[in-house]
Amino acid sequence: MTATAKSPWLLHYDASSCNGCDIEVLACLTPMYDVERFGIINTGNPKHADIFLVTGSVNEQNIKVLQQIYEQIPDPKVVIACGICACTGGIFRECYNTLGGVDNAIPVDVYAPGCAIRPEAIIDAVVTGLGILEERRSALKENRLAPRPVVTDVTAAAKIVDGVRVDEAVKAALEV
Amino acid sequence: MTIVSFIISLVCFTIFAPLLGGLLAGVDRKITARLQSRVGPPLLQPFYDVLKLWNKQKWTVNSYQGFYILMSLVFAIISGVIFFAGGNFLLVVFVLTLSSLFFVIAAYSTRSPYAEIGAEREIAQVMSYEPMVIMLCVAFYLGMDVLNGVSNPGVFDTSAVFALDRPLITCLPLIFVGFLFILTIKFRKSPFDLSYSHHAHQELVKGISTEMSGRTLALVEVTHWYENILFLGWTGIFFVWGNWLAIPIAIVALLVVYFLEIFIDNNFARVKWGAMLRWSWIVTLVCVTVNLVSLNWHWLG
Repeated sequence: MTATAKSPWLLHYDASSCNGCDIEVLACLTPMYDVERFGIINTGNPKHADIFLVTGSVNEQNIKVLQQIYEQIPDPKVVIACGICACTGGIFRECYNTLGGVDNAIPVDVYAPGCAIRPEAIIDAVVTGLGILEERRSALKENRLAPRPVVTDVTAAAKIVDGVRVDEAVKAALEV
Repeated sequence: MTIVSFIISLVCFTIFAPLLGGLLAGVDRKITARLQSRVGPPLLQPFYDVLKLWNKQKWTVNSYQGFYILMSLVFAIISGVIFFAGGNFLLVVFVLTLSSLFFVIAAYSTRSPYAEIGAEREIAQVMSYEPMVIMLCVAFYLGMDVLNGVSNPGVFDTSAVFALDRPLITCLPLIFVGFLFILTIKFRKSPFDLSYSHHAHQELVKGISTEMSGRTLALVEVTHWYENILFLGWTGIFFVWGNWLAIPIAIVALLVVYFLEIFIDNNFARVKWGAMLRWSWIVTLVCVTVNLVSLNWHWLG
Protein backbone atom coordinates (compact mmCIF):
# COMPACT_ATOMS: atom_id res chain seq x y z
CA MET A 1 0.00 0.00 0.00
CA THR A 2 1.48 3.31 -1.03
CA ALA A 3 0.87 6.63 0.66
CA THR A 4 -1.96 7.31 -1.81
CA ALA A 5 -4.05 4.49 -0.38
CA LYS A 6 -3.10 5.34 3.19
CA SER A 7 -4.45 8.87 2.96
CA PRO A 8 -7.67 8.86 0.93
CA TRP A 9 -9.50 12.14 1.29
CA LEU A 10 -13.22 11.94 0.58
CA LEU A 11 -15.47 14.46 -1.05
CA HIS A 12 -19.10 13.80 -0.32
CA TYR A 13 -21.79 15.26 -2.57
CA ASP A 14 -25.52 14.87 -2.07
CA ALA A 15 -27.06 14.85 -5.55
CA SER A 16 -30.76 14.44 -4.81
CA SER A 17 -30.59 12.16 -1.84
CA CYS A 18 -33.21 12.04 0.90
CA ASN A 19 -30.16 12.51 3.23
CA GLY A 20 -30.44 8.98 4.61
CA CYS A 21 -27.22 7.87 2.89
CA ASP A 22 -25.60 11.23 3.79
CA ILE A 23 -26.25 10.62 7.46
CA GLU A 24 -24.67 7.20 7.15
CA VAL A 25 -21.63 8.72 5.41
CA LEU A 26 -21.23 11.17 8.28
CA ALA A 27 -21.81 8.36 10.77
CA CYS A 28 -18.63 6.77 9.44
CA LEU A 29 -16.73 9.69 10.93
CA THR A 30 -18.19 9.20 14.40
CA PRO A 31 -16.41 7.22 17.15
CA MET A 32 -18.48 4.11 16.38
CA TYR A 33 -16.86 3.53 12.97
CA ASP A 34 -14.08 6.19 12.95
CA VAL A 35 -12.76 6.09 9.40
CA GLU A 36 -10.03 8.58 10.32
CA ARG A 37 -8.04 5.62 11.57
CA PHE A 38 -7.57 4.76 7.88
CA GLY A 39 -6.41 8.29 7.19
CA ILE A 40 -9.76 9.22 5.66
CA ILE A 41 -10.75 12.86 6.01
CA ASN A 42 -14.02 14.35 4.84
CA THR A 43 -12.85 17.37 2.90
CA GLY A 44 -15.29 19.79 1.32
CA ASN A 45 -12.93 20.84 -1.44
CA PRO A 46 -12.78 18.88 -4.72
CA LYS A 47 -9.24 20.11 -5.27
CA HIS A 48 -8.14 18.30 -2.12
CA ALA A 49 -10.11 15.09 -2.69
CA ASP A 50 -9.20 11.62 -3.97
CA ILE A 51 -12.48 9.76 -3.58
CA PHE A 52 -15.79 11.22 -4.71
CA LEU A 53 -18.70 9.81 -2.72
CA VAL A 54 -22.02 10.57 -4.35
CA THR A 55 -25.43 9.91 -2.82
CA GLY A 56 -28.78 10.41 -4.50
CA SER A 57 -29.73 10.28 -8.16
CA VAL A 58 -29.09 12.68 -10.99
CA ASN A 59 -31.61 15.21 -12.26
CA GLU A 60 -31.63 18.18 -14.62
CA GLN A 61 -30.59 20.54 -11.83
CA ASN A 62 -27.59 18.73 -10.46
CA ILE A 63 -26.11 17.05 -13.53
CA LYS A 64 -23.92 20.04 -14.44
CA VAL A 65 -22.87 20.46 -10.81
CA LEU A 66 -21.86 16.80 -10.52
CA GLN A 67 -19.85 17.01 -13.73
CA GLN A 68 -18.13 20.23 -12.67
CA ILE A 69 -17.14 18.86 -9.28
CA TYR A 70 -15.90 15.64 -10.87
CA GLU A 71 -13.75 17.59 -13.32
CA GLN A 72 -12.27 19.69 -10.50
CA ILE A 73 -10.88 16.67 -8.66
CA PRO A 74 -7.25 16.12 -9.68
CA ASP A 75 -6.13 12.62 -10.72
CA PRO A 76 -5.90 9.94 -9.45
CA LYS A 77 -9.55 9.83 -8.44
CA VAL A 78 -12.26 7.25 -7.81
CA VAL A 79 -16.05 7.72 -7.87
CA ILE A 80 -18.19 5.71 -5.50
CA ALA A 81 -21.97 5.69 -5.90
CA CYS A 82 -23.35 5.28 -2.37
CA GLY A 83 -26.86 4.02 -1.96
CA ILE A 84 -29.22 2.53 -4.51
CA CYS A 85 -30.38 5.96 -5.72
CA ALA A 86 -26.86 6.82 -6.78
CA CYS A 87 -26.37 3.41 -8.37
CA THR A 88 -29.54 3.08 -10.44
CA GLY A 89 -32.05 5.67 -9.28
CA GLY A 90 -33.45 3.49 -6.52
CA ILE A 91 -37.17 3.73 -5.81
CA PHE A 92 -37.31 6.98 -7.78
CA ARG A 93 -36.10 5.25 -10.93
CA GLU A 94 -39.24 5.71 -13.04
CA CYS A 95 -39.97 9.24 -11.86
CA TYR A 96 -40.28 11.96 -14.47
CA ASN A 97 -37.95 14.26 -12.56
CA THR A 98 -34.91 12.02 -12.23
CA LEU A 99 -32.38 10.82 -14.79
CA GLY A 100 -31.42 7.73 -12.79
CA GLY A 101 -28.07 6.71 -11.37
CA VAL A 102 -24.95 8.85 -11.12
CA ASP A 103 -23.35 6.97 -14.03
CA ASN A 104 -25.61 9.02 -16.30
CA ALA A 105 -23.42 12.01 -15.49
CA ILE A 106 -19.94 10.85 -14.50
CA PRO A 107 -18.02 7.56 -14.78
CA VAL A 108 -18.54 5.48 -11.63
CA ASP A 109 -15.98 3.03 -10.30
CA VAL A 110 -17.70 1.40 -7.33
CA TYR A 111 -21.42 0.76 -6.96
CA ALA A 112 -22.50 0.37 -3.34
CA PRO A 113 -26.22 -0.30 -3.01
CA GLY A 114 -28.36 0.06 0.08
CA CYS A 115 -31.27 2.11 1.34
CA ALA A 116 -29.82 3.62 3.38
CA ILE A 117 -26.35 2.24 2.81
CA ARG A 118 -24.82 0.91 6.03
CA PRO A 119 -21.57 2.46 7.28
CA GLU A 120 -19.92 -0.96 7.04
CA ALA A 121 -20.88 -1.08 3.35
CA ILE A 122 -19.54 2.46 2.81
CA ILE A 123 -16.21 1.48 4.38
CA ASP A 124 -16.19 -1.68 2.25
CA ALA A 125 -16.84 0.38 -0.89
CA VAL A 126 -14.08 2.85 0.01
CA VAL A 127 -11.61 0.01 0.57
CA THR A 128 -12.54 -1.43 -2.85
CA GLY A 129 -12.04 2.05 -4.27
CA LEU A 130 -8.59 2.24 -2.68
CA GLY A 131 -7.42 -0.68 -4.80
CA ILE A 132 -8.58 1.12 -7.93
CA LEU A 133 -6.97 4.35 -6.66
CA GLU A 134 -3.61 2.60 -6.29
CA GLU A 135 -3.80 1.29 -9.86
CA ARG A 136 -4.64 4.76 -11.14
CA ARG A 137 -1.76 6.27 -9.19
CA SER A 138 0.78 3.93 -10.79
CA ALA A 139 -0.81 4.58 -14.17
CA LEU A 140 -0.53 8.34 -13.61
CA LYS A 141 3.10 7.98 -12.59
CA GLU A 142 3.86 6.04 -15.78
CA ASN A 143 1.86 8.49 -17.90
CA ARG A 144 -0.59 5.84 -19.03
CA LEU A 145 -3.68 7.02 -17.14
CA ALA A 146 -6.66 6.81 -19.48
CA PRO A 147 -8.92 9.87 -19.24
CA ARG A 148 -12.43 9.15 -18.03
CA PRO A 149 -14.56 12.02 -19.28
CA VAL A 150 -18.00 13.00 -18.08
CA VAL A 151 -21.08 11.77 -19.96
CA THR A 152 -21.85 14.26 -22.72
CA ASP A 153 -24.94 12.78 -24.35
CA VAL A 154 -27.13 12.52 -21.29
CA THR A 155 -30.39 11.90 -23.10
CA ALA A 156 -28.97 8.81 -24.77
CA ALA A 157 -27.38 7.57 -21.55
CA ALA A 158 -30.55 8.11 -19.54
CA LYS A 159 -32.72 6.70 -22.32
CA ILE A 160 -34.92 9.76 -22.68
CA VAL A 161 -37.30 9.62 -25.63
CA ASP A 162 -39.72 12.50 -26.34
CA GLY A 163 -38.94 14.03 -22.97
CA VAL A 164 -39.90 10.85 -21.13
CA ARG A 165 -37.50 8.41 -19.55
CA VAL A 166 -37.96 5.02 -21.13
CA ASP A 167 -36.97 2.03 -19.13
CA GLU A 168 -37.39 -1.18 -21.11
CA ALA A 169 -37.27 -3.45 -18.10
CA VAL A 170 -40.05 -1.52 -16.36
CA LYS A 171 -42.10 -1.28 -19.55
CA ALA A 172 -41.78 -4.99 -20.14
CA ALA A 173 -42.77 -5.72 -16.55
CA LEU A 174 -45.81 -3.42 -16.79
CA GLU A 175 -47.02 -4.88 -20.06
CA VAL A 176 -47.37 -8.36 -18.72
CA MET B 1 25.20 33.64 16.21
CA THR B 2 28.45 32.58 14.53
CA ILE B 3 29.04 31.11 11.08
CA VAL B 4 29.50 27.68 12.67
CA SER B 5 26.29 27.81 14.68
CA PHE B 6 24.43 29.07 11.62
CA ILE B 7 25.61 26.19 9.44
CA ILE B 8 24.88 23.59 12.13
CA SER B 9 21.42 25.10 12.63
CA LEU B 10 20.83 25.23 8.86
CA VAL B 11 21.54 21.53 8.42
CA CYS B 12 19.85 20.29 11.59
CA PHE B 13 16.76 22.47 11.43
CA THR B 14 16.13 21.97 7.71
CA ILE B 15 16.41 18.19 7.97
CA PHE B 16 15.04 17.36 11.41
CA ALA B 17 12.37 20.00 11.98
CA PRO B 18 9.90 18.62 9.38
CA LEU B 19 10.42 15.07 10.70
CA LEU B 20 9.77 16.23 14.23
CA GLY B 21 6.98 18.55 13.13
CA GLY B 22 5.22 15.80 11.18
CA LEU B 23 5.48 13.47 14.15
CA LEU B 24 4.09 16.23 16.34
CA ALA B 25 1.17 16.64 13.93
CA GLY B 26 0.59 12.88 14.11
CA VAL B 27 0.63 12.97 17.92
CA ASP B 28 -1.78 15.92 17.76
CA ARG B 29 -4.28 13.98 15.65
CA LYS B 30 -3.95 10.88 17.80
CA ILE B 31 -4.53 12.76 21.06
CA THR B 32 -7.41 14.72 19.52
CA ALA B 33 -8.99 11.44 18.43
CA ARG B 34 -8.56 9.91 21.88
CA LEU B 35 -10.12 13.00 23.49
CA GLN B 36 -13.10 12.43 21.16
CA SER B 37 -13.38 8.72 22.10
CA ARG B 38 -12.01 7.65 18.71
CA VAL B 39 -9.00 5.55 17.81
CA GLY B 40 -7.39 8.06 15.46
CA PRO B 41 -4.98 7.71 12.55
CA PRO B 42 -1.48 6.16 12.81
CA LEU B 43 1.24 8.47 14.12
CA LEU B 44 2.89 8.72 10.71
CA GLN B 45 -0.35 9.80 9.00
CA PRO B 46 0.80 13.38 8.23
CA PHE B 47 3.72 11.93 6.27
CA TYR B 48 1.34 9.72 4.27
CA ASP B 49 -0.82 12.79 3.60
CA VAL B 50 2.11 14.83 2.30
CA LEU B 51 3.39 11.95 0.14
CA LYS B 52 -0.07 11.41 -1.30
CA LEU B 53 -0.43 15.09 -2.13
CA TRP B 54 2.99 15.03 -3.75
CA ASN B 55 1.79 12.32 -6.16
CA LYS B 56 -1.41 14.06 -7.25
CA GLN B 57 -1.89 15.54 -10.70
CA LYS B 58 -0.29 18.95 -11.10
CA TRP B 59 -3.19 21.33 -11.14
CA THR B 60 -2.87 25.02 -10.36
CA VAL B 61 -5.06 28.03 -10.94
CA ASN B 62 -2.11 30.14 -12.03
CA SER B 63 1.62 29.68 -12.47
CA TYR B 64 2.83 31.86 -9.58
CA GLN B 65 0.82 30.42 -6.67
CA GLY B 66 3.32 27.60 -6.27
CA PHE B 67 6.18 30.12 -6.22
CA TYR B 68 4.54 32.13 -3.42
CA ILE B 69 4.03 29.01 -1.35
CA LEU B 70 7.62 27.93 -1.96
CA MET B 71 8.81 31.36 -0.77
CA SER B 72 6.58 31.03 2.30
CA LEU B 73 8.30 27.71 3.09
CA VAL B 74 11.81 29.09 2.43
CA PHE B 75 11.33 32.05 4.74
CA ALA B 76 9.81 29.91 7.47
CA ILE B 77 12.93 27.70 7.28
CA ILE B 78 15.24 30.75 7.36
CA SER B 79 13.38 32.11 10.38
CA GLY B 80 13.79 28.82 12.25
CA VAL B 81 17.44 28.49 11.28
CA ILE B 82 18.22 31.97 12.63
CA PHE B 83 16.34 31.26 15.86
CA PHE B 84 18.02 27.95 16.62
CA ALA B 85 21.44 29.33 15.62
CA GLY B 86 21.13 31.83 18.48
CA GLY B 87 20.43 34.79 16.22
CA ASN B 88 18.48 38.00 16.64
CA PHE B 89 14.93 37.36 17.87
CA LEU B 90 13.59 40.48 16.15
CA LEU B 91 14.96 39.27 12.81
CA VAL B 92 13.33 35.88 13.38
CA VAL B 93 9.95 37.57 13.86
CA PHE B 94 10.28 39.76 10.78
CA VAL B 95 11.32 36.89 8.50
CA LEU B 96 8.39 34.80 9.78
CA THR B 97 6.00 37.68 9.06
CA LEU B 98 7.28 37.73 5.48
CA SER B 99 6.58 33.99 5.26
CA SER B 100 2.99 34.47 6.41
CA LEU B 101 2.52 37.35 3.97
CA PHE B 102 3.59 35.11 1.08
CA PHE B 103 0.94 32.59 2.16
CA VAL B 104 -1.72 35.33 2.09
CA ILE B 105 -0.61 36.60 -1.32
CA ALA B 106 -0.70 33.06 -2.71
CA ALA B 107 -4.39 32.89 -1.78
CA TYR B 108 -5.17 36.37 -3.17
CA SER B 109 -3.45 35.53 -6.46
CA THR B 110 -6.10 32.91 -7.24
CA ARG B 111 -8.93 35.48 -7.22
CA SER B 112 -11.35 32.90 -5.88
CA PRO B 113 -13.97 34.19 -3.40
CA TYR B 114 -13.34 31.48 -0.80
CA ALA B 115 -9.58 31.96 -0.99
CA GLU B 116 -9.97 35.74 -0.72
CA ILE B 117 -12.13 35.58 2.40
CA GLY B 118 -9.75 32.99 3.83
CA ALA B 119 -6.84 35.33 3.09
CA GLU B 120 -8.68 38.23 4.78
CA ARG B 121 -9.21 36.09 7.86
CA GLU B 122 -5.55 35.11 7.80
CA ILE B 123 -4.66 38.80 7.79
CA ALA B 124 -7.00 39.31 10.76
CA GLN B 125 -5.14 36.48 12.52
CA VAL B 126 -1.78 38.10 11.78
CA MET B 127 -3.12 41.43 13.09
CA SER B 128 -4.26 39.67 16.24
CA TYR B 129 -0.98 38.02 17.14
CA GLU B 130 1.62 40.48 15.76
CA PRO B 131 1.33 43.02 18.64
CA MET B 132 1.97 40.26 21.19
CA VAL B 133 4.84 38.83 19.16
CA ILE B 134 6.52 42.24 18.79
CA MET B 135 5.99 42.84 22.51
CA LEU B 136 7.52 39.40 23.09
CA CYS B 137 10.71 40.69 21.45
CA VAL B 138 10.62 43.84 23.58
CA ALA B 139 9.94 41.79 26.72
CA PHE B 140 12.78 39.41 25.81
CA TYR B 141 15.17 42.36 25.56
CA LEU B 142 13.97 43.95 28.81
CA GLY B 143 13.88 40.60 30.60
CA MET B 144 17.46 39.85 29.57
CA ASP B 145 18.37 43.38 30.72
CA VAL B 146 16.86 42.77 34.16
CA LEU B 147 18.25 39.25 34.58
CA ASN B 148 21.73 40.08 33.38
CA GLY B 149 22.02 43.14 35.58
CA VAL B 150 24.39 46.04 34.97
CA SER B 151 27.19 43.77 33.73
CA ASN B 152 25.49 42.89 30.43
CA PRO B 153 22.91 45.05 28.67
CA GLY B 154 19.74 43.60 27.18
CA VAL B 155 20.20 41.61 23.99
CA PHE B 156 18.02 40.18 21.26
CA ASP B 157 20.22 37.13 20.67
CA THR B 158 18.40 33.94 21.61
CA SER B 159 21.65 32.18 22.54
CA ALA B 160 22.06 34.56 25.49
CA VAL B 161 19.43 32.59 27.49
CA PHE B 162 22.02 29.87 28.12
CA ALA B 163 24.05 32.35 30.19
CA LEU B 164 21.21 33.29 32.55
CA ASP B 165 21.02 32.49 36.28
CA ARG B 166 17.28 31.89 36.21
CA PRO B 167 14.81 31.35 33.35
CA LEU B 168 12.93 34.19 31.67
CA ILE B 169 9.58 32.98 32.97
CA THR B 170 10.56 34.04 36.49
CA CYS B 171 10.49 37.69 35.43
CA LEU B 172 8.03 37.49 32.49
CA PRO B 173 5.16 35.31 33.76
CA LEU B 174 2.34 37.48 32.38
CA ILE B 175 4.12 37.86 29.05
CA PHE B 176 4.12 34.05 28.91
CA VAL B 177 0.38 33.99 29.57
CA GLY B 178 -0.21 36.51 26.78
CA PHE B 179 2.05 34.48 24.53
CA LEU B 180 0.05 31.31 25.29
CA PHE B 181 -3.11 33.14 24.26
CA ILE B 182 -1.80 34.05 20.83
CA LEU B 183 -0.04 30.69 20.48
CA THR B 184 -3.51 29.22 19.86
CA ILE B 185 -3.75 31.49 16.82
CA LYS B 186 -0.27 30.61 15.61
CA PHE B 187 -0.87 26.85 15.94
CA ARG B 188 -4.15 27.29 14.00
CA LYS B 189 -6.25 25.75 16.72
CA SER B 190 -9.88 26.38 17.65
CA PRO B 191 -11.20 28.93 18.62
CA PHE B 192 -8.85 30.83 16.31
CA ASP B 193 -8.63 28.55 13.27
CA LEU B 194 -10.55 30.99 11.10
CA SER B 195 -8.56 31.03 7.91
CA TYR B 196 -8.79 27.39 6.96
CA SER B 197 -9.83 25.28 9.95
CA HIS B 198 -6.86 22.98 9.84
CA HIS B 199 -8.40 20.37 12.08
CA ALA B 200 -12.11 20.63 11.42
CA HIS B 201 -11.42 20.50 7.70
CA GLN B 202 -14.29 22.60 6.40
CA GLU B 203 -14.69 26.36 6.70
CA LEU B 204 -15.50 28.38 3.58
CA VAL B 205 -14.80 25.17 1.66
CA LYS B 206 -11.14 25.22 2.72
CA GLY B 207 -10.62 28.97 3.18
CA ILE B 208 -7.20 30.26 2.31
CA SER B 209 -6.09 26.89 0.90
CA THR B 210 -9.17 26.32 -1.30
CA GLU B 211 -7.33 26.70 -4.59
CA MET B 212 -4.20 24.88 -3.49
CA SER B 213 -3.83 21.24 -4.40
CA GLY B 214 -1.22 18.58 -4.93
CA ARG B 215 2.38 19.65 -4.36
CA THR B 216 1.43 23.20 -3.38
CA LEU B 217 -0.75 21.90 -0.57
CA ALA B 218 1.99 19.45 0.47
CA LEU B 219 4.39 22.40 0.83
CA VAL B 220 1.81 24.31 2.91
CA GLU B 221 1.59 21.36 5.28
CA VAL B 222 5.39 21.10 5.57
CA THR B 223 5.61 24.87 6.24
CA HIS B 224 3.27 24.36 9.18
CA TRP B 225 5.50 21.62 10.55
CA TYR B 226 8.53 23.94 10.43
CA GLU B 227 6.52 26.78 12.01
CA ASN B 228 5.23 24.56 14.82
CA ILE B 229 8.77 23.56 15.78
CA LEU B 230 9.76 27.25 15.72
CA PHE B 231 6.84 28.19 18.00
CA LEU B 232 7.76 25.42 20.40
CA GLY B 233 11.23 26.95 20.40
CA TRP B 234 9.75 30.32 21.36
CA THR B 235 7.88 28.59 24.19
CA GLY B 236 11.10 26.89 25.23
CA ILE B 237 13.21 30.05 25.64
CA PHE B 238 11.04 31.00 28.62
CA PHE B 239 12.25 27.90 30.45
CA VAL B 240 15.92 27.72 29.54
CA TRP B 241 18.80 29.00 31.65
CA GLY B 242 22.44 28.15 32.28
CA ASN B 243 21.87 24.78 33.96
CA TRP B 244 21.70 21.26 32.47
CA LEU B 245 18.34 20.81 34.23
CA ALA B 246 16.92 23.42 31.89
CA ILE B 247 16.67 21.02 28.96
CA PRO B 248 14.40 18.38 30.54
CA ILE B 249 12.35 21.08 32.25
CA ALA B 250 11.89 22.93 28.97
CA ILE B 251 10.88 19.72 27.16
CA VAL B 252 8.28 18.92 29.83
CA ALA B 253 6.99 22.50 29.63
CA LEU B 254 6.67 22.21 25.83
CA LEU B 255 4.71 18.97 26.08
CA VAL B 256 2.38 20.48 28.68
CA VAL B 257 1.83 23.59 26.54
CA TYR B 258 1.17 21.52 23.40
CA PHE B 259 -1.27 19.28 25.23
CA LEU B 260 -2.99 22.41 26.57
CA GLU B 261 -3.35 23.70 23.00
CA ILE B 262 -4.89 20.38 21.89
CA PHE B 263 -7.23 20.47 24.88
CA ILE B 264 -8.32 24.05 24.06
CA ASP B 265 -8.79 23.02 20.42
CA ASN B 266 -11.23 20.31 21.42
CA ASN B 267 -13.22 22.41 23.84
CA PHE B 268 -13.85 25.68 22.05
CA ALA B 269 -15.81 26.55 18.94
CA ARG B 270 -14.44 28.87 16.32
CA VAL B 271 -15.03 32.59 17.04
CA LYS B 272 -15.62 35.45 14.65
CA TRP B 273 -12.60 37.44 13.54
CA GLY B 274 -13.77 40.52 15.47
CA ALA B 275 -13.83 38.60 18.74
CA MET B 276 -10.39 37.12 18.05
CA LEU B 277 -8.89 40.54 17.29
CA ARG B 278 -10.53 42.25 20.26
CA TRP B 279 -9.58 39.58 22.81
CA SER B 280 -6.02 39.19 21.53
CA TRP B 281 -5.40 42.91 21.79
CA ILE B 282 -7.03 43.16 25.25
CA VAL B 283 -4.92 40.26 26.57
CA THR B 284 -1.81 41.72 24.94
CA LEU B 285 -2.43 45.18 26.41
CA VAL B 286 -3.09 43.93 29.93
CA CYS B 287 -0.34 41.32 30.13
CA VAL B 288 2.34 43.46 28.52
CA THR B 289 1.55 46.62 30.49
CA VAL B 290 1.34 44.93 33.89
CA ASN B 291 4.40 42.72 33.38
CA LEU B 292 6.73 45.31 31.87
CA VAL B 293 5.76 48.10 34.26
CA SER B 294 6.24 45.86 37.29
CA LEU B 295 9.57 44.73 35.85
CA ASN B 296 10.75 48.29 35.48
CA TRP B 297 9.30 50.15 38.46
CA HIS B 298 11.75 52.97 37.83
CA TRP B 299 9.68 53.92 34.80
CA LEU B 300 7.08 55.27 37.18
CA GLY B 301 9.69 57.59 38.74
